Formats: sequence, structure tokens, C-alpha cells
Amino acid sequence: MAFIDYYEILGLNKNATADDIKKAYRKLARKHHPDLNPNDKDAHKKFQQINEANEVLSDPEKRKKYDTYGKDWQHAEQYENARQSAGGGAGGSRGYSGGGGEAFDGEDFSSFFQSMFGGQGGGRSGRQGKFRGQDYNAELTLSLTEAFATHQQTLTVNGKHVRITIPAGVENGQVIKLKGYGAPVTNGGPQGDLYITFIIGNLPALKRSGNDLFMTADIDIYTAVLGGELTLDTLSGKVKLKVVPGTQNGSQVRLKGKGFPVYRKDGQFGDLYVVFNVKVPVNLTDEQKALFTQLAALK
Amino acid sequence: MENNELIPVYHFCVVHQVEISFIDVLQQYGLVEVMKIDDNSYLKESQLADAERYVRMHYDLDINIEGIEAIRHLLEKLDQVQQQNRSLQNRLGRYESPAEAPSYGA
Repeated sequence: MAFIDYYEILGLNKNATADDIKKAYRKLARKHHPDLNPNDKDAHKKFQQINEANEVLSDPEKRKKYDTYGKDWQHAEQYENARQSAGGGAGGSRGYSGGGGEAFDGEDFSSFFQSMFGGQGGGRSGRQGKFRGQDYNAELTLSLTEAFATHQQTLTVNGKHVRITIPAGVENGQVIKLKGYGAPVTNGGPQGDLYITFIIGNLPALKRSGNDLFMTADIDIYTAVLGGELTLDTLSGKVKLKVVPGTQNGSQVRLKGKGFPVYRKDGQFGDLYVVFNVKVPVNLTDEQKALFTQLAALK
Repeated sequence: MENNELIPVYHFCVVHQVEISFIDVLQQYGLVEVMKIDDNSYLKESQLADAERYVRMHYDLDINIEGIEAIRHLLEKLDQVQQQNRSLQNRLGRYESPAEAPSYGA
């Protein structure tokens, strides 16, 4: 557990006055507050740090303890015991509540803070009520194959099992809201919501763009010249594809309705694009070379 | 709550320790929609998260209503841009790490 320099976090020196601390904190809080930086985990983390720094430095008692021990903070417990036997008490300080549906409470303080100040975090006065329960955020990673079909999955969010139906066609980065699956509240307000962000990768041989799928099919020069038939493995099964004579390298064909299912539109699918990659033979035998030479001469 | 979908403004203000006039101002600026039923004012539950966000912005961050209005507008734009960025990144994925195409012989 490393020592945390709260002064550095707020951009202050050790002689900072209470007013300096308040100003520095307010300025940084405006910059990094989760309400103003939605979906920005770095800002959220930074906000937690400056909130913790303010929690300590704006409270004279905590600041004194912090300043006294500094890097020797491991001895703080002894200090605390001595202080308590002398009848001292910790004061509360005014802090900001976290936004963006993400509660900021003692649990968000660093282990350094917890070790030095125990459960004294979040001793805020004033308005801190929350009418609506805290929203939860979760990420769910799916393979392209899994996202292709409607299926059910069970998630564990904050120790609770939540069984959800994932509709076919869900997109990478898409967020769905499950109303009422967030934290409960005790003041009669509604429960928070659960936001699930889907992370969906491509398959090596199959790329997705919206509802369309793209794949590359290697064909030999003879098939490209004379035409033929291919059997492709797609997410919906095997598909036969006719290769017309004279197929050029890099040309593509569209297989209508063989792409990805359209989200929440049963029976509707995007298209599958197949790009032909003509493989030119190498390491020819003498006989093959002779035949190609003969062919070239016929041109 | 009298209705699962409607939150009495009075109740909201008590929990958040804010003046009812604050909600009135939010309504005047079109930031929330207040419903009147039998002389009582209600917020829709779907607006609760926004209303709580505006309370934090105003009372915690000292941002005035005009500022909140501008921030809301910018956050909406940011959301659009993030969605567009996500969509473009998904399309870009098509061109990254070329596919190891299966070989199909004739």
C-alpha cells in the first residue's frame, strides 16, 4: 500500500489554507465530476482521488493527522488510540456526491485512506440524499457467434444473479438498460437500473459491419478462370456459392440475407459479402510451366 | 410513492433538501417536465436520474441553470459523437488484422 500525496493531487503545497483547498477542490471537481464526464473511467477515478484528498485536507483533524505522520502513516493507528483515549473526535467535512449514477461513499476510498482513517470517510454534512437507487454498470463479452442468436445468460452483479435475454443482433459497444436491477433505496424511491455494455469481437475469418458480414474466400486460379462452386461456413450454416468464370482477384459478391440478424427485428438479416482472393500457383513443375507458356503463346 | 411512475416533487425536494422553486426553474428551462395532477406536482420516474444530476451540478458544483442547460446540450452532442465513434470503430474492425481466410478449393 503506497503513500498518497493528497496535496499533490489537489495541486497544492503544505501551507495551503482552507480556502485554497476549497478552491482547488472545486476547480478539479468541476473538471472530473462523473456527471460531466459520462462513461469516462479515468475521470471517475481521478474524481475519487480528489474527493479523498479533500476529505482529508478539508477536515482539520484528519489533515493534522495526515501532516503529522505523512509517509510514516503506518503509525497512525497508535496516534489514533492515543487521541481517542484523550477524548478527541473526528469532524465531518463537506464533500461532493458522485454523479452519473455512481455512488461515492467510504467504499471508494483507497486502502491507504482506510488504513489511516478507518471508517471516517464520507463524514459529510448537508444535502447528500439520494432518492433513486444507484445505477449499476456491467460489461458482458460475447463472441460473434453468441451475438448471432437470441439467448439467455446469467450475470452476477453485486452478488446477485440476474438472468437476461440477449436479443440477436446486439452490437459491439451497445448499452442496454435493465430497469430496477440497480441498488435498492430505503426512502421509498425507485430502485436504480442496471446498464450492460456489450463487448463483441470479430472472428478471424468473419468481420461484422453493422448488420453486414464480410469474409474472404481463397480460390485457385483455375476456379477463377473457369468458374466453379464453393461451400462457405457461415454463422447460419454452410452456404453454396457459385464462382462465375473470369472472377477477378478482390472482386466481391453479396449474399443477400446471409449476414447478421437485425437487432429486435425478427426474420430480418443483413448481407454477407464474400471477397475473392485468387491464389496464384507457385513452385510450378516443368510440365506446368510448359503448359502456361503454351497458354501465353495462344494469347 | 402514490404512483410507481410519478414522483411527487415535494417528496423529491425533501429527500434532496432542495427548494421546490429549483424544480420550477428546471421546468422553465425545459430541463425537466413537471406534471400537475389535482394541484400536486409530479416528476416522471424516467426523469429522476436527470433531475438528480441537475441537483448535483447546481448545489455541488455551483453551476447555474444556464450552465446546466449548456452542459446538457453538450452532453447530448457528446453522446451522439460517442455513438458515431463506436459505429465507425466497428466498421474499422473490418479492415484490422486481415482475416485468415479459409481455403476453398474448386
